[in-house]
Amino acid sequence: METYQIYSLTSAVLFVIGLAGVFASGHFIKKIIATNIMGGGVFLCLVSFSGRDALAFADPVPHALVITGIVVAVSSAAFALSLARRIKQLTGKESFSNDK
Amino acid sequence: METTSILPLLILVSSLVPGILILLLREEQIALRTSLNLFGALAKVGLIAWVFAGYLRGEEYNFTFNLALDLTFTLRVDQLGLLFATLSSVLWLVTTVYAIGYLEGGEHRRRFFAFFSLCVTASTGIALSGNVITFFVFYEFLTLSTYPLVVHRGTDKAVKAGRTYLWYTIGGGTVLFLGVVGLFVLAGPVYFGQTDIIAGLVEENRTLLTVLFFLMLAGLGVKAAIFPLHGWLPVSMVAPAPVSALLHAVAVVKAGAFGIVRLVYDVYGIETSGQMGVLTPLAVLAAFTIIYGSVRALYQDDFKKRLAYSTVSQLSYIALGVAITGVLSTTGAVVHLVHQGIMKITMFFAAGNIAETYGYHKISQLNGIGRRMPLTMGAFTIAVFGMIGLPPVAGFVSKWYLGLGAVQAGSYWVILVLLASSALNAAYFLPIVYRAWFCEPEQAFVRPQRSGLLETQASLLLPVVVTGMLSLAAGVFAATAGSPLAIAREIAEKLYLTIP
Amino acid sequence: MTHLPTSPFPALLVGLPVLLAVLGLFFRARGRAAVGLAGSFLTAGLVFVAFFEVTQRGTLIHILGGWEPPLGILLRLDPLAAVFIGLTAVVGVVISLYSWWYLRAREACTGGFPLFWPLWLFLWAGLNGLFLSNDLFNLFVAIEVVGISAVALAVLSGSSAALAAGLRYLLAAIAGSMAYLFGVALLYGSTGTLDIGILGQVLEPGATTTFALLVITLGLMIKTASFPFHFWLPPAHSSALPPVSALLSALVVKGTFYLLLRLWTEVFGVSLTFAVGQFLGLAGAIAVIWGSWQALMQDRLKLIVAHSSVAQLGYLLMIFPLLVLAPGVTAGSADWLYPAWTAGIYQVLAHAFAKASLFLSAGIIVMALGHDRIQSLRDLVAWMPMTALAIGIAGVSLIGLPPSGGFMAKWMLLKGIFLSGQWWWAPAAFAGSLLTAGYVFMLLRLAFAPAREEGPFRPVPRILQVCALLLALGSFLIVLPAESLIRFLEGSEVFGTGIETIMEGGAYGND
Repeated sequence: METYQIYSLTSAVLFVIGLAGVFASGHFIKKIIATNIMGGGVFLCLVSFSGRDALAFADPVPHALVITGIVVAVSSAAFALSLARRIKQLTGKESFSNDK
Repeated sequence: METTSILPLLILVSSLVPGILILLLREEQIALRTSLNLFGALAKVGLIAWVFAGYLRGEEYNFTFNLALDLTFTLRVDQLGLLFATLSSVLWLVTTVYAIGYLEGGEHRRRFFAFFSLCVTASTGIALSGNVITFFVFYEFLTLSTYPLVVHRGTDKAVKAGRTYLWYTIGGGTVLFLGVVGLFVLAGPVYFGQTDIIAGLVEENRTLLTVLFFLMLAGLGVKAAIFPLHGWLPVSMVAPAPVSALLHAVAVVKAGAFGIVRLVYDVYGIETSGQMGVLTPLAVLAAFTIIYGSVRALYQDDFKKRLAYSTVSQLSYIALGVAITGVLSTTGAVVHLVHQGIMKITMFFAAGNIAETYGYHKISQLNGIGRRMPLTMGAFTIAVFGMIGLPPVAGFVSKWYLGLGAVQAGSYWVILVLLASSALNAAYFLPIVYRAWFCEPEQAFVRPQRSGLLETQASLLLPVVVTGMLSLAAGVFAATAGSPLAIAREIAEKLYLTIP
Repeated sequence: MTHLPTSPFPALLVGLPVLLAVLGLFFRARGRAAVGLAGSFLTAGLVFVAFFEVTQRGTLIHILGGWEPPLGILLRLDPLAAVFIGLTAVVGVVISLYSWWYLRAREACTGGFPLFWPLWLFLWAGLNGLFLSNDLFNLFVAIEVVGISAVALAVLSGSSAALAAGLRYLLAAIAGSMAYLFGVALLYGSTGTLDIGILGQVLEPGATTTFALLVITLGLMIKTASFPFHFWLPPAHSSALPPVSALLSALVVKGTFYLLLRLWTEVFGVSLTFAVGQFLGLAGAIAVIWGSWQALMQDRLKLIVAHSSVAQLGYLLMIFPLLVLAPGVTAGSADWLYPAWTAGIYQVLAHAFAKASLFLSAGIIVMALGHDRIQSLRDLVAWMPMTALAIGIAGVSLIGLPPSGGFMAKWMLLKGIFLSGQWWWAPAAFAGSLLTAGYVFMLLRLAFAPAREEGPFRPVPRILQVCALLLALGSFLIVLPAESLIRFLEGSEVFGTGIETIMEGGAYGND
């Protein structure tokens, strides 16, 4: 199995774990972490493609995509965290009481 | 051939514009509102008379408008449509006068008269529709415009009745929609009268066409109060008497019955319908409804409810007549559209008069009322005789033709149904007549809440007398040219001309 | 693609709102609102001109910076995109007008949630970008801009309910975006390109493509609140400020639907099977029934309207099983494609107008009464006839009664269902209409019923009611230009096409 296929598989596993984690727990922080895991899987997959086909140099396009993706993910996570913090401040709750 | 004329549209506009204008008025502008109403009603009658005269001269009136893409909106004047339109407009004029008097001092009259006008627009639109799509548009519009009338009084009972009404009519409308779309997909835009289209498709798509027929029949059957889709009708009696009169004589129920007539005669065609075998179930259902309605009527003490079940029963005469093949039964069905309308409206006017003048809603309270309100009860009695089928009132004529038609078609069981129904009609109507004229009142009469020169307010009295006399006249003068019977006969004969 | 006429409009359509949003940030509260409103009108005017250009010259493209694809960014303004952008502008500008007055009345001291305006303009820019982008990654960026702006708008009121709902929304949005990005990654890995046009040609059926399709569809379904990922929508849309709810329900969710439509027809034709289309349709059908049923059970107006959105979006998904052609059926013989596409367009248009109108009306009610419990709607026709009329008209369009836009959509949908022989979708449409009638008439019934007691209510500025009524009428008026609209849309390559599924012998492709 080629290298990038291992990476792809791992990223798929990470993605599924993350996705499941988003729905599994009601706790805010756990959900946010789960989305980060999802993101991690996706970025791994993307970056692994920059080394495909034994190119002379790494393909810069996936790099650009991943950097954008990471920025977006970090900002979204920050936004989500600030929301969670504010909810805790206002109501003292740390999780969604009834899911969905 | 295809002269595009704006007249059919004008006929609709004559009640649409007043309706919208009235919505914009203030509640207190009574005089303006009344004038708008009456003007619209008179204009409509005038326009229809004009078109009628033109039609007799051989002119054609078509109005086609491409609504969007493949939805064509067509208004077309033909005899059947004219008959229904004339009935609608004349009775609307009479009911407008009645309603103005009835609702005097009442609340929300602006709303009432606005939707009243819209309701008649829808009804006339149904009459003048030239194809299935246009018919459907107005059919749904009728549902929407009659709802505020049903819940007019605003009581819990009225609101609940409105909910029942909606579930039935919207449900029926959706089923009808399925049928209409299916028909469109199969046969394209079907114009009323183009029965050869379906005839050509029967061979290959028999099952599908049968399914579509019953879908559309179910949708139309809700408004036509065919068992078991009649449940909304008795419940809607909570509406004011002008609404019950209009709904039961002209607008909603006749729209359903008219739709069935159109479906069998002008969409599928009498020959194809017979071939497909869909008429027998319709006949059976209609016959059952006739008996069922009459039996239920026997047990009602509430005056309007008894009349409601009587309507359920009487409407299925039309469906039964449609289901039997033959010139005579078709004549009977079509003419009963008119006759039942006139007779029933008389009865509802009478019930409304009694309720408004003396506050009596139950039949057990009606002892001796004939002496106090002779004109009202006189008109009512005439209508009763017509319902039972006694000559020379109009009802006799329609039953006679239906009976003859049954003989002509060899469906002798129909005669039994007709006789049984007449007997039942007598059983639940004659006691009222007897009580009113021949019994002593059980309690002292209260002072009349409505008074006028004669037994009650003029605007309540005049309509009932007029329609009562019309019921009589339609029967007495049935043999003359230009009577509803003559027109019905013409329609029926034209229908069967094409069949070898 | 690069042979098409170029024009600066696509770039302007994204750039102008962004510039105006940034400009607004430099002002203080009241000034910001003024800039926002003026900016909305400016952008709407720009859209109008751009739309006109497209009618004259056909599809326009803009190559950003002169760098051509596959590395550069190409923006494509074709008739389909133009219709969506036009819709956003028309509905958006009316909502802007409404917001100006509403927000000021709501919070007079701060000039009414000043952050609304830059956020709304960013959202608008993002939506335009979404409709215009022609490569997968630009689409990702647009999706993110739309998502974050939308969530920020949703939590604007600051109430704990709004915050919780907003967090849920954000998490769903992030999950959806990540799923989408995963699919993009896989597609890039297997083909080396991100451009939609090129992808459509070079994509080959295989495990990677199928997985990419599934995960992208999953992501977009989460974002379009399709069953079973619909749970975030009702709380988010109902606890937001009314103008925001209108924006979210009417416009934002249409963006991801547009994307689903584009990607399925232009990229994924090769790996779709008939079954996948059916699956999407099933999700839609369940949403229609579930959403309508839930709406019927609610006792707060905004919740009713929000659940109704879930249902109406379900109708959009029911288009897909009609677009995917069974093996052996060619696009030329499938005469149900046209009705299916028309149904999709009209459902988008009619729902946007009707839903925006309903949310604006709900805002009016909240302003008048302080709450939106429907029991207080009694006798609405007496004390706020214009709003009652707006609710009535919009409701009639949602049910699909003629001659509304909603009727056109349902008509075309049923036509498509019957013509294609997939009659099993008809009961869902039927049940949906009935249930929708149920909750619409529940509202109207109360509007006509007499009042129980005289509650206090604040007078509401006329302009707000006019805005709601205008949008409601819009849902009917869109039927009038139907012929020209469809003819216009035919200029877009993708309108009216079907997706031919894999046939034996490896023949595939999308025409």
